[in-house]
Amino acid sequence: MTTKATVRIGDRVFSTTTVVAGAVILATLAAVAIFLVIQSIPALVAGEGELPNDSANFWQYVGPLVFGTIWAAFLALLFATPLSIGIALFISHYAPRRVAQTLGYVIDLLAAVPSVVFGLWGIVVLAPLVQPLYQWLGDNLGWIPLFAGPISGTGRTILTAAMVLAVMVIPIMTAICREVFLQAPRLHEEAALALGATRWEMIRMSVLPFARSGIVSAVMLGLGRALGETFAVAMVLSPAFVVKLALLQAQNPNTIAANIALQFPEATGVSVNALVASGLVLFVVTLLVNVLARWIISRRAAFSGADA
Amino acid sequence: MTTTVPGTTETAALGEVSGIHPPHVPLTGGSLPRGTVWMVLVCGWLFAGAFFALLWAADITTTFSLVGTVFFGTVLFDIVLYVISRIVEGARRAKDRLVTSLVSTAFVIALLPLVSLIWTVVLGGLARLDVAFFTQSMRNIVGEGGGALHAIIGTLLITLAAAIISVPIGLLTSIYLVEYGRGPFARAITFLVDVMTGIPSIVAGLFVFALFALIAGPAVRNGFMGAVALSVLMIPVVVRSSEEILRLVPNELREASYALGVPKWLTILKIVLPTSLAGIVTGVMLAIARVIGETAPLLLVTGFTFSMNYNLFDDRMMTLPVFVYTQYTQAAGVSAQASIDRAWTAALTLIVIMLVLNLAGRLIAKIFAPKRGL
Repeated sequence: MTTKATVRIGDRVFSTTTVVAGAVILATLAAVAIFLVIQSIPALVAGEGELPNDSANFWQYVGPLVFGTIWAAFLALLFATPLSIGIALFISHYAPRRVAQTLGYVIDLLAAVPSVVFGLWGIVVLAPLVQPLYQWLGDNLGWIPLFAGPISGTGRTILTAAMVLAVMVIPIMTAICREVFLQAPRLHEEAALALGATRWEMIRMSVLPFARSGIVSAVMLGLGRALGETFAVAMVLSPAFVVKLALLQAQNPNTIAANIALQFPEATGVSVNALVASGLVLFVVTLLVNVLARWIISRRAAFSGADA
Repeated sequence: MTTTVPGTTETAALGEVSGIHPPHVPLTGGSLPRGTVWMVLVCGWLFAGAFFALLWAADITTTFSLVGTVFFGTVLFDIVLYVISRIVEGARRAKDRLVTSLVSTAFVIALLPLVSLIWTVVLGGLARLDVAFFTQSMRNIVGEGGGALHAIIGTLLITLAAAIISVPIGLLTSIYLVEYGRGPFARAITFLVDVMTGIPSIVAGLFVFALFALIAGPAVRNGFMGAVALSVLMIPVVVRSSEEILRLVPNELREASYALGVPKWLTILKIVLPTSLAGIVTGVMLAIARVIGETAPLLLVTGFTFSMNYNLFDDRMMTLPVFVYTQYTQAAGVSAQASIDRAWTAALTLIVIMLVLNLAGRLIAKIFAPKRGL
């Protein structure tokens, strides 16, 4: 005969509390979406003459900002991806075992620097540093549309902002790549080495194929960060309401996040709603990117035990 | 046929048979002498240094570019080493060396901004690192003097409030995920927490603005709103870190407790949590370090002010990141330098706070780490 286990009141209360806490998180995420939508509606329905920058409708207003956001993030990833993979490989497969962890911490320190300090550094140090290089690029390679003049005299261009962004997303991308590289099946690596492969051949044959999806998701997460980063761009960039690909000019397409930060303190009326609505666009874009990245990661988790 | 012939003799013999005389074909292949790598590296730096020194001497650049020297010297090293190795050691080894040097270069390139940034912040911050900076606010300050006490107090209060909101929610959620969570609800939470870590901080700020604008009108600004915004960013970090730590607690401990008749909730409170306390504290400190430097949401919802404000629920509040931003962007006129100096010192203060939090967190984790398994 079996007796039913007594349900203790303490157990009930405690487990319910934890469920509520979990539900609060779900509710928060839903609330973020709902409240942003509510505050966006006035801007979405606003007609000509009501929105900033003389835009006819909201999409015309947000278009250049979306372009700037994606363009800056893309440039940042162009720098950050090879660097992060390189750094992660250096830490996981090249550096001596004893110092590898410490080196990992050093890279993590980059993540500890507040974005406003990065912005300050970008204006004061990086922009003047790269300006002569830009001048040289403009003088000698100006026929390439990307490097077309007139070259910015301050160096505060979208390329500089992208460099700062790259530095800021390197830590998270490196952390994920490093983890995936370390999970590569040890036996595959040793087999490759035993067959006489050099270290690079071993990495190309046994580590990189294994890590491909991990690298992709690292890039996606980095992209999510770069899209939403605010002050590094807001401080470094000298913005304008334009769409263009030129990297070195004084007039640069602004990003959504930076635009919000710059305009919000002085905005009133529909302008505020327009900013919130642009934030909603940013939220949706980053959400999609993150969901995709996490989905790729969770898919690969199934076979990450290959070495066991 | 049956004799084992050493490699070199065999090659020589083959050469004689076929009538060709290869000069020397060692089986091991050529290799660069020891120390070549370092020599090439130093030479690369020296060469690049000489180049930039010439530019400096010729007044093309105003200062000697140390960063340029290290960067271009290292790139030069990569190329030269590849060429030398290709000539002496062959294509495969050369490629291996190239990748090795490129990978190390990537690391050096990542270090350059870190070193440069810390150097600049320390150098710039020293100018105003005095008692007044930490004992005065900016009230009625025009020009020089003044300090960031109001910003430091604001940052501490808002971050503390954010921690008070997010630690219980985050910790309870992670307990749910580890101890109770089964099925689609738990999976949904895990997934959405991951997604939530990717919410741009400015969106969190806008959310809080939208929320409070509906309740109290669009002009409302106070420290509590900032704390809520920071919580949105902090909760997922707390959940992830404490979840990881709670999973490390060996199941044998739980089973021993159940065997003694202890209810599940008491087991969690008295056995699981104390065992993982150090890890949880570390996670919370790292989470705080992550949000304490956030600028965007605070600029949006707590605004900025020049006076002290101890009340989280009333009126605008200054915080350190916003202080850095406003001091730098509003620097103008005769006393612009004083304002910029204050910005740098505030940046230095912020970085020191974050470094201390990070290091303390890792130290706690290292010292009190639970022993894995039994």
